[in-house]
Amino acid sequence: MKILVAIKRVVDHNVRIRVKADGSGVETDNVRMSMNPFCRHAVEAAVELAERGHATEVVAVSIGPQKADDVLLSALAMGADRGLLVLAEGRVEPLGVAKLLAKVVEDEKPDLVLLGKQAVDDDANQTGQMLAGLLDWPQATFASGLAVRADGLEVTREVDFGRATYAVGLPAIVTADLRLNTPRNVALPMVMKAKKKPLEVRPAESYGVDFAPRITVETVAPPPQRQQGEILGSVDALVDVIAGRVAAMEA
Amino acid sequence: MAVLLLADHDRGQLTPSVARAVKALAALGQPIDVLVVGAGVGSAAEAAAQLDGVSRVLRAEGAGWDNVDAKSLAALLESLAPDYSHIAAVAAAMGRDVIPRLAARLDVMPVTDVVAIHDANRFDRPIYAGNAIETVRVEGAPVLLTIRPSAFGAAGKGGSAAVEPVAAGPVESLAHFLVEHRTQSDVPDLATASVVVSGGVALGSTHNFEMIERLAHVLGAAVGATRAAVDAGYAPNDWQVGQTGKVIAPDLYIAIGVSGALQHLAGIQGAKTIVAINTDPEAPLVKIADYALIGDLFEVVPALTSALEKRLGR
Repeated sequence: MKILVAIKRVVDHNVRIRVKADGSGVETDNVRMSMNPFCRHAVEAAVELAERGHATEVVAVSIGPQKADDVLLSALAMGADRGLLVLAEGRVEPLGVAKLLAKVVEDEKPDLVLLGKQAVDDDANQTGQMLAGLLDWPQATFASGLAVRADGLEVTREVDFGRATYAVGLPAIVTADLRLNTPRNVALPMVMKAKKKPLEVRPAESYGVDFAPRITVETVAPPPQRQQGEILGSVDALVDVIAGRVAAMEA
Repeated sequence: MAVLLLADHDRGQLTPSVARAVKALAALGQPIDVLVVGAGVGSAAEAAAQLDGVSRVLRAEGAGWDNVDAKSLAALLESLAPDYSHIAAVAAAMGRDVIPRLAARLDVMPVTDVVAIHDANRFDRPIYAGNAIETVRVEGAPVLLTIRPSAFGAAGKGGSAAVEPVAAGPVESLAHFLVEHRTQSDVPDLATASVVVSGGVALGSTHNFEMIERLAHVLGAAVGATRAAVDAGYAPNDWQVGQTGKVIAPDLYIAIGVSGALQHLAGIQGAKTIVAINTDPEAPLVKIADYALIGDLFEVVPALTSALEKRLGR
């Protein structure tokens, strides 16, 4: 099968973000950026399927500014065969991303599209489901297990009560959860090799879809901050605190 | 126009989060219809009908509707959409799965994980693991939402709405349910529990994690875990609290051997009182706790459990 894996460049998940004083957003200038962690699990899943002989080609795609070519390079270093950067400056919402990806799917004709279940910047958790809706393909979201069967895939999903396993025919959309696999670290020689792999850049406007934002962000504010409370001196003091709270709740 | 809420239920029981979503949506000032989909959902539909603020319960029932996939569920919602200004679901597995798919079918941008409703098209939602809150205005109709239940109180149970069957077409699922792996437990629902006891990777083993469960049992509490503890296999995935697990807002949160990674703190911001038991006084969780005890959890927790057992007479 042929696999398309969609990735997003975000503020590195280890960075403690800062809300701009004027409430216009989160500071992203001079902040370390990297591939969204969930997308790394999606790339790893695609590369593992290729290594096991289930996939003939893995194409990585990202939608974003020119600088997003660095996350595509990471995906190529992890083992993707070629990259596509759909060049779009400014904010593109999940619906716009899904529409652009649907066009890329038309061109590339993959059997499986892998995505991260959510991006750690907007925490939207929408794009994979939207792409499945636009293509009328089956979707298996929040995947923590993925196996190839004769007639498609067997996907284990993380759900409210535990896990549930589904049979999904191809073509399909799968979104990766964190326990799907352990993404590999890439050594320098793999990065050097990745630089020689094809990386196409194409303007988003050339796909002829409307990806203008539908949502206006009015303000961004920091959440209420919690202050450190009391350090207790003994287990007895802790018993008093907990028993007091429980009694107050039951009153 | 009215508001349609897709209701979560599990093994025939309405999920407690639904009452919170009803309370949240009441702010829109419109009639609320609740849609219950599945097989054997009679008592869940009755429970929904009793929630204050619900004007009608729609019941889509049949063998094929049990474990229905996102495609079929989105198609059902799409057929009902013309009658509604807003379509909402709880921000849990089902709602997160189906609402964006429906949004793409209707060509609208959904607002997910809503924590405050200002008016018909202005909402607050957390971004960056709850380290920032954005206020957004959405264009287009209908407005599609997922509601974070921990951000809202629960609707009362004084209602008596009518329950009506809804014409649900044939199910054409693309993803077929095979088997479930259910965590066996008789503890309260983690997403809505008023007391939660959580353990971190410092517990060191599944066996040691039972200490957390014993303390939770004494307090009638739900059990939570950090991502590291789940990844290590000490606790099942549905106990995970945090950005990518469950976001909770209990009255009392007791964190044991939990250092407080950013993504875990994101899941407990709304807790009223936080208690930390940790060896490290500099742990991020200790820094935001209302009460902290610095000490070895393997000594503190058994002593605490037996003292509380006596004090609370359990």
